[in-house]
Amino acid sequence: MTVIAMKKIVETPPHDEPAKTAVIVPPAPMPVPPRISWLADSGRWLVRVLLPPVLGVVLFVLLWALVSKGSDGLPGPYETWISAVELFSDPFYVNGPNDQGIGWNILNSLQRVGMGFGMAALIGIPLGFMIGRFAFFNGMTAPIISLLRPVSPLAWLPIGLLVFKEAQPAAVWVIFISSIWPIIINTAVGVTKVPQDYLNVARVLNLSEWKIFTKILFPAVLPYTLTGVRLGLGVAWLVIVAAEMLTGGVGIGFWVWDEWNNLNVAHIIIAIFVVGIVGLLLEQILLLLARRFNYE
Amino acid sequence: MKYLQLEKVEMVFDTRRSRFHALRDINLSVEQGEFVSIIGHSGCGKSTLLNLVAGLIMPSSGAMLCAGREIVGPGPERSMVFQNHSLLPWLTVYENVRLGVDKVFGSTKNKQQRDEWTRENLALVHMEHALNKRPPEISGGMKQRVGIARALAMEPKLLLMDEPFGALDALTRASLQDAVMEIHGRLKNTVLMVTHDVDEAVLLSDRIIMMTNGPAATIGEIVEVKLPRPRKRVELADDPAYNQHRAAVLKFLYQRQRRPEEAA
Repeated sequence: MTVIAMKKIVETPPHDEPAKTAVIVPPAPMPVPPRISWLADSGRWLVRVLLPPVLGVVLFVLLWALVSKGSDGLPGPYETWISAVELFSDPFYVNGPNDQGIGWNILNSLQRVGMGFGMAALIGIPLGFMIGRFAFFNGMTAPIISLLRPVSPLAWLPIGLLVFKEAQPAAVWVIFISSIWPIIINTAVGVTKVPQDYLNVARVLNLSEWKIFTKILFPAVLPYTLTGVRLGLGVAWLVIVAAEMLTGGVGIGFWVWDEWNNLNVAHIIIAIFVVGIVGLLLEQILLLLARRFNYE
Repeated sequence: MKYLQLEKVEMVFDTRRSRFHALRDINLSVEQGEFVSIIGHSGCGKSTLLNLVAGLIMPSSGAMLCAGREIVGPGPERSMVFQNHSLLPWLTVYENVRLGVDKVFGSTKNKQQRDEWTRENLALVHMEHALNKRPPEISGGMKQRVGIARALAMEPKLLLMDEPFGALDALTRASLQDAVMEIHGRLKNTVLMVTHDVDEAVLLSDRIIMMTNGPAATIGEIVEVKLPRPRKRVELADDPAYNQHRAAVLKFLYQRQRRPEEAA
């Protein structure tokens, strides 16, 4: 044994060169482990991030299918899907004022929300700035706002019908009045939250009121205002279905009511998904916008 | 002529529930080109004193004169370097400085001159490499540099600094102190600085104003720092005069004006 060992030791010098290269070889397989860990990483990502929502949706659809099997009248996922494919294959047809494609219904609802909500933003943002900046104005408006804010949006519909004498502007009015409160309140709170340091900077620089507004107040309050806008738009989109059910015309809410009268329940379910998806998209767009203007 | 003069200044904060006598009988005069530090324990009203000179708050009584004129409000001729830099996060480094430059030199310099002046002041604090960065993208030390550039760019008669290096790590603080010393040596501006750092006060100042403890704090003692400029922190470490000044401030702060809770 010792002889062999000795021999081996003696024999090593000639093998020195290949031994060295053999030592250098291990780095070559090195790139392999990261690849495995990349696979493992993406596998873990799949399990942690993708699996829960997919599993949730699958279970939801299964539950839906189960419930629809047990009841008569409620269409299952498959029927609804077939119906949706048919519906969205021709979204922009017009068969008279009460029978138009799903695309027109969505666009009409969006237009109403855009108008009502746009006016709410146009009036609510300046109002919020004034309430936040001037304590006197805040004192004036506080009781009115606290009184009117908790009122259900639809309670405003008769007033709108009375004043405008028409269903269309009344619906816009309901959207306006229900989405203006979060815009006013968030903007006003934002103004009071502007750091005193920034205002001190403005005072030391002797900035004009206009410069204070454009360079300090407006950018500082913008994230708060955008939160208010997001909440307001959420409320507006919630309210539109109910408002249109009552006022009629072309729109997703009226369409739901119409399909109920036709007893086309699959279409009602599709409408629920459409309302949900559009609401989600609007929210995501505003979140993206808010991220752009968040400076912290 | 005294450049800055405070006479019998009193500051009482009146709130709905209580009255707080912050400062009493403050008499202080500062020569042109002088670097004066205000030191004292926290809560002694040193920042209040600086805010008074800045014009951000008004004294309850007493008179304050700067360059022969009464201080009635804030103004760019007494620009301030804030404790927490107070840069506007939605403006770039350049725009933050330019905002002040446009205000002060809007009528005397044309656009190109203002642009050059902004760049020059940022170069003064070695920040010309980050003109288009926003404050959240740069380090704390860099932000404070920009804050100093913004204050300097307004060519203030009096530069006010409220614990300008308090929130920085020791190494960054040292390099900014050197920068301020160098700028002061070059521009010979009058500086009033609030600090709680004894070494900083001795290193930078011509005079150190030592405040007694609040409430109703006042100027307790004044130390004249007679060290030749330019000063080098490493050489001063073994300088007997430097250490004497340092000992004088320390004795005042920790023997005669011990914090009440420590004395108890």
